[in-house]
Amino acid sequence: MTEASPENPMYQTGDSVGIIVAHPPGHRRVPNYIKGKTGVIERYCGAFANPEERAYGMQGLPKRHLYRVRFNQTDIWEDYDGPKADTLDIEIFEHWLKGDKS
Amino acid sequence: MSPHQDHDHDHGHKEDGSPLNYADDSRHDVDETSHYPLMVEAIRQLLVEKEIVKAGDVQERLDFMDSRGAEIGAQIVVKAWTDPDYKAQLLKDGSKAVEEFDVPMGEAVLVVVENTDKIHNLIVCTLCSCYPRPILGLPPDWYKSKTYRSRAVNEPRAVMQEFGTIIPDTVTVRVHDSNADMRYLVLPARPEGTEDWSEERLCELITRDCLVGVTVPSAN
Repeated sequence: MTEASPENPMYQTGDSVGIIVAHPPGHRRVPNYIKGKTGVIERYCGAFANPEERAYGMQGLPKRHLYRVRFNQTDIWEDYDGPKADTLDIEIFEHWLKGDKS
Repeated sequence: MSPHQDHDHDHGHKEDGSPLNYADDSRHDVDETSHYPLMVEAIRQLLVEKEIVKAGDVQERLDFMDSRGAEIGAQIVVKAWTDPDYKAQLLKDGSKAVEEFDVPMGEAVLVVVENTDKIHNLIVCTLCSCYPRPILGLPPDWYKSKTYRSRAVNEPRAVMQEFGTIIPDTVTVRVHDSNADMRYLVLPARPEGTEDWSEERLCELITRDCLVGVTVPSAN
């Protein structure tokens, strides 16, 4: 498992979070389709080296907290053609999340 | 650059078992003297010259990938189907549970998601082609195609239907975008009518596509 990060994770399972809308240049691990959408923390995954820095030969330290966030498909796609209960889970690093605690 | 590498197109390849037009390009028509193959070879030689990797490392890694496939995934699933304690462990800590099958997950964390009569899981990586390679080896071309990557998140039921998989509306479809450090494996539901089947026979039901979630095993 990964080493502990210096600070505790900000969010817990069940917390409502939004995905930040930003388009910084460079290698980013947040696809556009999920930016600006609101979901719920499904689980905390651990702390991992930041891939957005590792992509440029840096070590990506300190490690960043990573979560799985669950969304209703009908909240992501206006024209979603399926039952309302369908969901999508995606992994998002803490610095891309905004919620009541940030 | 060859004409087959600079744009998306659908040929309807069926060589990897896909029923669909999911191939961006196919390996058989890659010209090894074209831009990207030459660049890959140049980088490989540079890495060896600079002693960042050993010449044997690359081949060793390729051999490891070639040794992987649905068989190991099927064995993991059958053990979970026949051993409730193992299933609980697999769902709780996938990386640890697959160690006994000689699956080194490295830095990635294996998350096993269970199909039930209420939930059906589907795996995709919209950003590239993240895939549980230590278990399944290299992903099929359709998994890497932009068509699959964009449609699996947006219209998963239509995509699965094209693979012959119809999920009733009473079952929740849960898509997993494998975009960071987790890797996903679907634990299919054991088909009815297989209660007295041997482990060998059960293994034959489980294909790579079942483990990605585009199909489900069937006893018929």
